[in-house]
Amino acid sequence: MDSEMSMTSPAAHGLHEEHEEIPWIRKYVFSTDHKMIGYQYMVTSLFVALFAFFLMVLMRWQLSFPGKPIPVFGPVLEKLLGSSMAPGGVMTPQLYNSFGAMHGTMMIFMALVPALFAGFGNFVVPLQIGAPDMAFPRLNMASFWLFFVGVVIMMVSFFVPGGAAKSGWTSYTPLADFADMGPGFHPIFNGQTLWLIGMAFNITGSLLGSVNIITTIIQLRTKGLSWMRLPVFVWSELVTAFLLLLAFPPLESAAIMQLMDRLFGTSFFSPEGLIVNGKHADISGGGSSILWQHLFWFLGHPEVYVQILPTMGIVGEIFANNTRKPLWSYKVFVYSLLAIGFLSMVVWAHHMYMTGMGQAVTSFFQIFTTIISIPSVLLGTVLLLSLWGASIRFNVPMLFALAWLPMFGIGGLTGLPLGWTASDVVLHDTYYVIGHFHYMMAPASLLALFAGIYYWFPKATGRTMNEFLGKLHFWPTVIFFNGIFFPMLVQGFAGVHRRWYDGGAGWQMAQNVLWLNNVMSFSAWALAVAQIPFIINFFWSLWAGKKVTDDNPWQATTLEWATPTPPGHGNFLHPVAVYRDPYEYSVPGYKQDYLPQWEPEERLKKEGKLSQLPS
Amino acid sequence: MEIPYTVTARPDTGLYNAKVGIWLFLASEVMLFGGLFSAYIFLRLGASHWPHHILNVPMGLFNIMVLISSSITMVLAWASLKMREFAKYRQWLGVTLFCGVLFLSVKSVEYKDKFHHYGVILKTGQEITGHLAMSEEEAVRSDVLKIKPDPENAGDFIYQLKSIFSKPEAEEKVLEIPKSEIRWWSNFVPKYNTYLATYFTMTGIHALHILGGLLVLGYFWGPGASLYRTNPEHLANRVEVAGLFWHFVDLVWIFLFPTLYLF
Repeated sequence: MDSEMSMTSPAAHGLHEEHEEIPWIRKYVFSTDHKMIGYQYMVTSLFVALFAFFLMVLMRWQLSFPGKPIPVFGPVLEKLLGSSMAPGGVMTPQLYNSFGAMHGTMMIFMALVPALFAGFGNFVVPLQIGAPDMAFPRLNMASFWLFFVGVVIMMVSFFVPGGAAKSGWTSYTPLADFADMGPGFHPIFNGQTLWLIGMAFNITGSLLGSVNIITTIIQLRTKGLSWMRLPVFVWSELVTAFLLLLAFPPLESAAIMQLMDRLFGTSFFSPEGLIVNGKHADISGGGSSILWQHLFWFLGHPEVYVQILPTMGIVGEIFANNTRKPLWSYKVFVYSLLAIGFLSMVVWAHHMYMTGMGQAVTSFFQIFTTIISIPSVLLGTVLLLSLWGASIRFNVPMLFALAWLPMFGIGGLTGLPLGWTASDVVLHDTYYVIGHFHYMMAPASLLALFAGIYYWFPKATGRTMNEFLGKLHFWPTVIFFNGIFFPMLVQGFAGVHRRWYDGGAGWQMAQNVLWLNNVMSFSAWALAVAQIPFIINFFWSLWAGKKVTDDNPWQATTLEWATPTPPGHGNFLHPVAVYRDPYEYSVPGYKQDYLPQWEPEERLKKEGKLSQLPS
Repeated sequence: MEIPYTVTARPDTGLYNAKVGIWLFLASEVMLFGGLFSAYIFLRLGASHWPHHILNVPMGLFNIMVLISSSITMVLAWASLKMREFAKYRQWLGVTLFCGVLFLSVKSVEYKDKFHHYGVILKTGQEITGHLAMSEEEAVRSDVLKIKPDPENAGDFIYQLKSIFSKPEAEEKVLEIPKSEIRWWSNFVPKYNTYLATYFTMTGIHALHILGGLLVLGYFWGPGASLYRTNPEHLANRVEVAGLFWHFVDLVWIFLFPTLYLF
C-alpha cells in the first residue's frame, strides 16, 4: 500500500524535468540550492568538529602525563609547528593554551553552531515549511562561503609565528590585546589577529544566514501552515536565528575594537598604567578591560542557547515520531523555546560575578539566570511526559534523542550553583565550570547532532544508515561522554583550576582527585575510537547503504517527508498544503497511526484510512 | 522554480521577501552600532578626562544636511519608479549618489586635518594641541618638540567655520617643549586617546556603510536599472530596500554627530 503513495512514481516525474543543465561548479561548489548548502555546512562542520576534538585528545595527554612526550603525535606536532611549540614532542604551555583556545572557539563557532543551526536549518527548514528554497538563495551561498573563509583563516593561524590564538575562546583583554605582538611576530599574521579576522567572517556569515532563515519562515510558509502548526524544529530555528541576529553584532563591534587595539595602538580595552613584559605599555590608556567582557558575553551567553535550541527542536521532532503520539504539550514546548530565547539575552553578566559589579547588578543577573531554568524545565518535562504511555520505537535516532534528555538535565542542574554569586565565588574558574558547560556543549549538543543525522540521512541521501553500526556508535559515546565530563564536576569541587597546564599535579589539594585525570583522558581517547563506527557508517552508507524504498521511511507527519527522496531542485513535485497540526499520531478513528500534514482529510477517507465509525 | 513573494507581497504579512530581509538586517546593524555606542558610554563614564572641541562642528553639521538631503532625494527616486518615470528616477538617484560622494569627501578632508593636528600631554597632565613647527621626521628625532598651539577660541563655531576656507593668519607663536617633559604625544590618529579611537572607529564604520550603500545605489543607477524594462515593480522594490538601508545610514549619522561633535 505504501509503495502506491510513492512520490517518485513515473507519472509524476514529468513535472520535475529540468532542461537546463547546471555546471558542476555551480551545482556542487557555488550552489544556491539550500539542500546542497546544508550539506556543505554539515560536512565542513563535522570536519572542524573532528579537528577540534582531536586538539582536546592531545590536551588530555598533557593533563594526565604532564611534561611527558605525546606518543605518536608528539613528533608530528614538532615537525608541523616547530620545536619551540612541542620540543621533543612535549606540549609547551603556550601550545596547550593555544589548543585550549582553539578547541573552544572552533567547536562552538565553527562546528556545532554551523552544523545544528545552518546545516540542519538549511536542509530541513524549507522542506518543513513547504518552500522551494530559502528566500534569498544567493545570500545563502554567501553565508556559507563567508563561514568557510573564516574556518580556513582559523586553520591557517596554527602555522603562523607564535601559533594560533591562546587567550581562551573568550579572548579576554588585556591579554588578547598584547598576545603575540612585537618582535618576532607579524602584525596581521599572528594567532590573535587572525582569530579576530576569522571571527569577523564567521559572524558576518551567521548574520546573513539569520536574515535568510527568519525571512524564509515568515514569508514562505505554505498554505495552511499557520504559526501553531509549525514543526518544533522550525520554531527552534526561528528563535535561534533571532538570537544570532541580535546578539552577534556587539561581538563584531568588539572584535573591530580589539583589532584597532592590536593594529593601530588604540586603548579601547587597555587601562592606564599597564605593564607588559616588565615595561609600561606604549599606549595612551584610558580604556577598560571589563568593556570587552560585557560585549563578549552579550553574545557569548546567548551563543550557548544558539547551540542548544536547535537540539531541542531536533529532539522534539524525533520524540514525536518515535513515540507515535503528539508532543505532550506543543504549546508549552513552543512558548518555552521563545522564553528561553528572550531570557538568554538578559543574563550575560552572570559570567562576570567576579568583576565587582556590585550587589544591585548581580541581583538582577542572579534572578534572571534562575528564571531561565523555568522554561528549560518545562521543555524537558514536555519531552519526559511525551514518553509516558507511548509506543516507543528504539531506532538509532531515538536512542540518541533519549540520551539527550538526561545530559541536558545534568547540564542545566549543574548550572544553578553558578547562577548564584555565593556559590559561584567558590566554583568559578574551576573544572566544575568546565564540566557544567560541557554537558550542554558536548554531550547534549553532539547527541542531538547525531540524532538529527541518523534521522534525516535517509531523506537527504536516499539511503539508510546501518542500524548495528549506529548502536555500536551510540552506547560507547554516551558512556564515555560521562566518563569525561562527570569527573570534571568532582575535580571542580576539589578546587582544581580550569586552566592548569599540569592538570593540578603541582597543587596539594588536587592530589586526591588527580587520578580522575586519567579517567577523563582514557574516556576521551575511547570516545575518539567510538566515533569510528559513525564515520564508517556515514561514508559507507552514502555509497552502498540500503536504498530507501519509501519517501516517508519513518512514517512521519511533517512536510519534509512529502518530497521525493532525495528531494530535487524546487523540492516538491506539486504545490503542497497543510491540513492539520504537525504531530497527528495515533489519532482515534483512523486505521493508520500517522496523519501527514499534507494529506487532505478527503483523501484519507477515500483511501479507506478512515475506519467505519459506529453510527 | 521561482521563490514566491519575491516581488508581490504575501497576503497575511503584507510584505515581500526583501522587505522582511532588510528590516532584519537593519536590526542587526542597530545592534552593531549599539555595541559601539555602549562602548562609548562605558568608556566615557569611566574616563578621567574626555576631550572637547577637537572636531570641526560646521563640517559635521554640513554633512548632516547632505545626508538628510540625500534621504529626500532617495525617496523621490523611489517615488519616480512607482510613477514609472524612469528618467526622473535616474536623476534623483544620481543626486543621491552625488550627496553620498560629497559626504565622504568632506569626511576625507576632516580625517586629513586630524592627521596633521598634534596633541602633547605633559607629565604635569596639561594638554597642548596645535600644529608642528617642524617636519615629522625632525619631530621624531629631536629632543625638543616645536609646536604652534591652537588659539584660545579654536573651539568656537565661527573660528572653525572660517578655518575651513582659509589658513588662520594669527600669531605665529612657536612653543618649544623638551621631550623630557612630555608623557605622550602624537598626531590625532586613533591611538592618541580613547576619544579619537572612538571617533575614528565609529565614523570609519559609518563611512564604510556609506561606501557600501553607494556601491549598491551605483549598481541600480547603472546596470541594475535595466531590470526596469522587464519588471519595473521588482526594480522599485529593490530600490526601496536599498533606500531603507540608506535612511538607516543617515539616521546613524544623526546620532553620531551630536555624540562625538557636540557633547
